Amino acid sequence: MPMLEVVDFGKRFTIHHLNKTMHAVEHIDFSLGRGKFIGIVGKSGSGKSTILKSIYRTYLPDTGQIFFNSERFGSIDLCNASEREILYLRKYEIGYVSQFLNVMPRTTSRQLVEKALLEMGTTEKVARMEAEQALNHFEIDQKLWDTYPNTFSGGEKLRLNIAMATVKKPRLLLLDEPTASLDQQSKIKVREIIEKLKADGTTLVGIFHDIEFMEGLCDKVFDMKTRQLIWEAGISNES
Amino acid sequence: MYEEPILRVRNLEKQFGDGCKHCMQGAIRNLEKNYCPACGTVYACQDISFDLFPGEILGIVGESGSGKSTMMQCLYFDADVTSGEVYINGEPDLKDQNIFELSRQQKRYIRNHQYGMVYQNPVHGLKMNFSSVGNIAEKLIEAGNRNVSEMEATSKVLLESVHIPLFRMKEEPRNFSGGMQQRVQIAKALSNNPPILFLDEVTTGLDLSVQASVLDLIKRLQRELGISMIVVSHDLAVIRMLADRTIVMLNGSIIEEGLTDQILEDPQHAYTQQLVYSLL
Ligand SMILES: Nc1ncnc2c1ncn2[C@@H]1O[C@H](COP(=O)(O)OP(=O)(O)OP(=O)(O)O)[C@@H](O)[C@H]1O
Ligand SMILES: Nc1ncnc2c1ncn2[C@@H]1O[C@H](COP(=O)(O)OP(=O)(O)O)[C@@H](O)[C@H]1O
Ligand SMILES: [Mg+2]
Ligand SMILES: [Mg+2]
Ligand SMILES: [Zn+2]
Repeated sequence: MPMLEVVDFGKRFTIHHLNKTMHAVEHIDFSLGRGKFIGIVGKSGSGKSTILKSIYRTYLPDTGQIFFNSERFGSIDLCNASEREILYLRKYEIGYVSQFLNVMPRTTSRQLVEKALLEMGTTEKVARMEAEQALNHFEIDQKLWDTYPNTFSGGEKLRLNIAMATVKKPRLLLLDEPTASLDQQSKIKVREIIEKLKADGTTLVGIFHDIEFMEGLCDKVFDMKTRQLIWEAGISNES
Repeated sequence: MYEEPILRVRNLEKQFGDGCKHCMQGAIRNLEKNYCPACGTVYACQDISFDLFPGEILGIVGESGSGKSTMMQCLYFDADVTSGEVYINGEPDLKDQNIFELSRQQKRYIRNHQYGMVYQNPVHGLKMNFSSVGNIAEKLIEAGNRNVSEMEATSKVLLESVHIPLFRMKEEPRNFSGGMQQRVQIAKALSNNPPILFLDEVTTGLDLSVQASVLDLIKRLQRELGISMIVVSHDLAVIRMLADRTIVMLNGSIIEEGLTDQILEDPQHAYTQQLVYSLL
């Protein structure tokens, strides 16, 4: 069974005061096996983030199905899952990372990572240890551990975001342009992080601006323009 | 559904006034907002249904007059409902029992053992001429406590946990700032270890730093005690910070409900869109 299967998915937005409805995406189909990485490419506004946010249910999906192979619920259609089921999945099985840090104010980086663990039922002692490991692993300077992240640089915020999402060891991780606005050095670091996550068996869906950056990492690449896979490992190796 | 709600609210109605031919015919009430222009009846809560799950913070947002406080007062038995049902999970004797139909005494029991309430206006939740410790003791006595020194000790622990300094505990809350009064109200509401807590605009009117400390306190209560809470606010920023799920009310009705981030980023109803866009 695939870890994620998107079937004829579509999403419209209706803006009432403009009396306008628009199709952000239509007829999206792809599937992804456990531990695989699919990259989504397409120009700005083509609907890449809309797909990711619909999987995470920050956007309310309106047509099609998104089947997720959940440890807790088995195969579950994320379009129809209850809000409480989605909250459970976000807590234990599905992570979302973007370039933006959206966290509780007045909470230090260390507390944020610990909280991600505590809400899964990890004991305080273990949470403390694993949080420090993660902060180290993603190379967040020790002097930042006990400060509020609102003043962090773009790269630091991103690495904290990734640390918070990955300490949970999610089955599925959604990455929305995590490298946007990063310098080359930091981008390479993100690439290394993704390599490690893949090696750990995490299934990944990623949006990246520059396709070269994903070379050798993706198992599949989905193109928004043609709504087709333009590349798949082991099937065609040209280009 | 993979879990049981702790509280189930079904078709709750609350009207002020008797209604007339104009507003009582069939399903459509012909109201102006929540008000019948012919007879003056106010339909403050209309067909309110939702579930509250263990350990969650459920946000209720809506403009002034949308019926938020009225709904909370009905749930807490401060006001009688016009009709509707509420079921509570936790007391085996009350399983499948609409608690609005219980006797006065049974309702008091639920209030004293299952519920805590923090009112929009501290005057409603506190006796301003009792000491803070006395206020909490009052609630402990209602819940069946009789041991004076034990009650005093409990009060101190609670007041400390909401950061009221020890040396001010014997003081009357009327001398306190708004933020301190709300924290005493919260301590009082928590004193019977209620699994369900109702919070009505607890931070409204407080200045920002005080508001922050009350919000942090509420978050901590959820995390450390696993209390289920209904948090009412007209302020989406407060809801965003606290609530996992959010209900939007307008003119006494629920017009939208969803995950809080979805309500904020992909609002469906025209009114919710207006509310969210004005926040940005
Ligand atoms: N005792 C009463 N008699 C008549 N009408 C009432 C009474 N109490 C409330 N109402 C009306 O019921 C409606 C809902 O009031 P409520 O206090 O629940 O609003 P709210 O959503 O809490 O507003 P706010 O954000 O201003 O606190 C209003 O139209 C109000 O005027
Ligand atoms: N929350 C939203 N409300 C209304 N329209 C939206 C919303 N999110 C995205 N859109 C629209 O949907 C289309 C796809 O956007 P998006 O998914 O962000 O594209 P991409 O990530 O590929 O740049 C755009 O036209 C965008 O304006
Ligand atoms: Mg995007
Ligand atoms: Mg009110
Ligand atoms: Zn009438």
